[in-house]
Amino acid sequence: MSPTVAVLDYGFGNVRSAVRAAEHVGAQAVLSSDFDTCLNADGLIIPGVGAFAACMQGIGKVRGGSLVDARLVANRPVLGICVGMQIMFAQGIEHGISTDGLAQWPGVVDRLVAPIVPHMGWNSVTPAAESTLFAGVESESFYFVHSYAAQEWVMGDTDAYQRPPRVSWSEYETPFIAAVENGPLSAVQFHPEKSGDAGLTLINNWARTLV
Amino acid sequence: MTLTARVIACLDVDAGRVVKGVNFVDVVDAGDPIELASRYGAAGIDELVFLDITASSSERETTLELVRRSADQVFIPVTVGGGIRSIEDIDALLRAGADKVSINTAAIARPELLREAAHRFGSQCIVLSLDARRESDQPSGFGVTTHGGRKSAGLDAVQWAKRAADYGVGEILLNSMDADGTKSGFDLELIQAVRAAVDIPIIASGGAGVAGDFPAAIRAGAQAVLAASIFHFGEVSISEVKDALKHDSIPVRLPTKLVS
Repeated sequence: MSPTVAVLDYGFGNVRSAVRAAEHVGAQAVLSSDFDTCLNADGLIIPGVGAFAACMQGIGKVRGGSLVDARLVANRPVLGICVGMQIMFAQGIEHGISTDGLAQWPGVVDRLVAPIVPHMGWNSVTPAAESTLFAGVESESFYFVHSYAAQEWVMGDTDAYQRPPRVSWSEYETPFIAAVENGPLSAVQFHPEKSGDAGLTLINNWARTLV
Repeated sequence: MTLTARVIACLDVDAGRVVKGVNFVDVVDAGDPIELASRYGAAGIDELVFLDITASSSERETTLELVRRSADQVFIPVTVGGGIRSIEDIDALLRAGADKVSINTAAIARPELLREAAHRFGSQCIVLSLDARRESDQPSGFGVTTHGGRKSAGLDAVQWAKRAADYGVGEILLNSMDADGTKSGFDLELIQAVRAAVDIPIIASGGAGVAGDFPAAIRAGAQAVLAASIFHFGEVSISEVKDALKHDSIPVRLPTKLVS
């Protein structure tokens, strides 16, 4: 049986590519803003681009916070992409203004400190030990485009969701979090749906965990 | 871990078909943008630009369909430029699956479009396409042109780049109209002048003739290099460009062939 994947449609992100990438690895993918559809799919992808605050507004309109909570409590996988990852943290700070995130993880998403921002292009990742997502693509590059990132992992192993989180890092002048795998909740700062074969392999690795 | 220099191919598209010959070995349909995009993807291209030169706005739907098909089959970043006039145009292209849109003439006519677009869609997907040439009466020595370099917009190119960055665009596609088509190398002084004025990525375009031309553009301050016909005609391959960059100690992406 191929797994079902819902891509949450809340007005942000290149949703078409996310749906097609999930299909490409054999999932039955659907773009949806319907709560029950997104709750009941084997996997849920939360895309996102642009501003943290705007994405949180959009998430609120589709009850995305309750949706993620309900899925995680039931141990149903969720994959956040780009700003869809950033909103899993407690706070986002843009232009000095703080916005509450979904707070699945403590920590702050803040502006990258580098001479040239956005961080745009292909960069490599140092995968966490025993990463599922990066299996077979440990040495590949992935496509990033973002001006903000979580640059510190502040959650202890003891308060982590079910299993100790596996945190993968990348670097653009300074280190930032490229991916987190934390029980049913996974997230990547880059765009696997735009990272060629390496990205499709990563999505396939995630999809294989769904059924 | 280092951000790699991007190598970008630009395809000119008219009514859904690639124009200017493309000379790949074994290409079934040299005018099919999707087949060509897939070929470039397999060859290790880091990004693609579709430049829509469709004259008639009634054929816009053809372009949207092309972008949709591209997003369905090619899993690398795609920028679409040409003829974008409004927030609605941008919205339609992004919904169709474009990752970024490049805005040129419409921004000259109404700079606020850049601010509105960056605010609405995010800086990361708004690119300023800047056609520059040397104009001695401009403070920087470079002016902005329209109509493929034939007309002066009466703007200083460096100041215009800075203003666009202030308005929130995430990247500048910097075309040298002097160097374009000459195959004598990128206009390094133009790249350096814009680099000194903005802190967003620059794509250098115009003038590449041989693989050895590309490293200098990165050294001059560009984060990405773009070419069209020399790639299409097979005069220079993507791997030759990446080899030349690597040889000059510039990090590049050399994807492993993966089975997925």
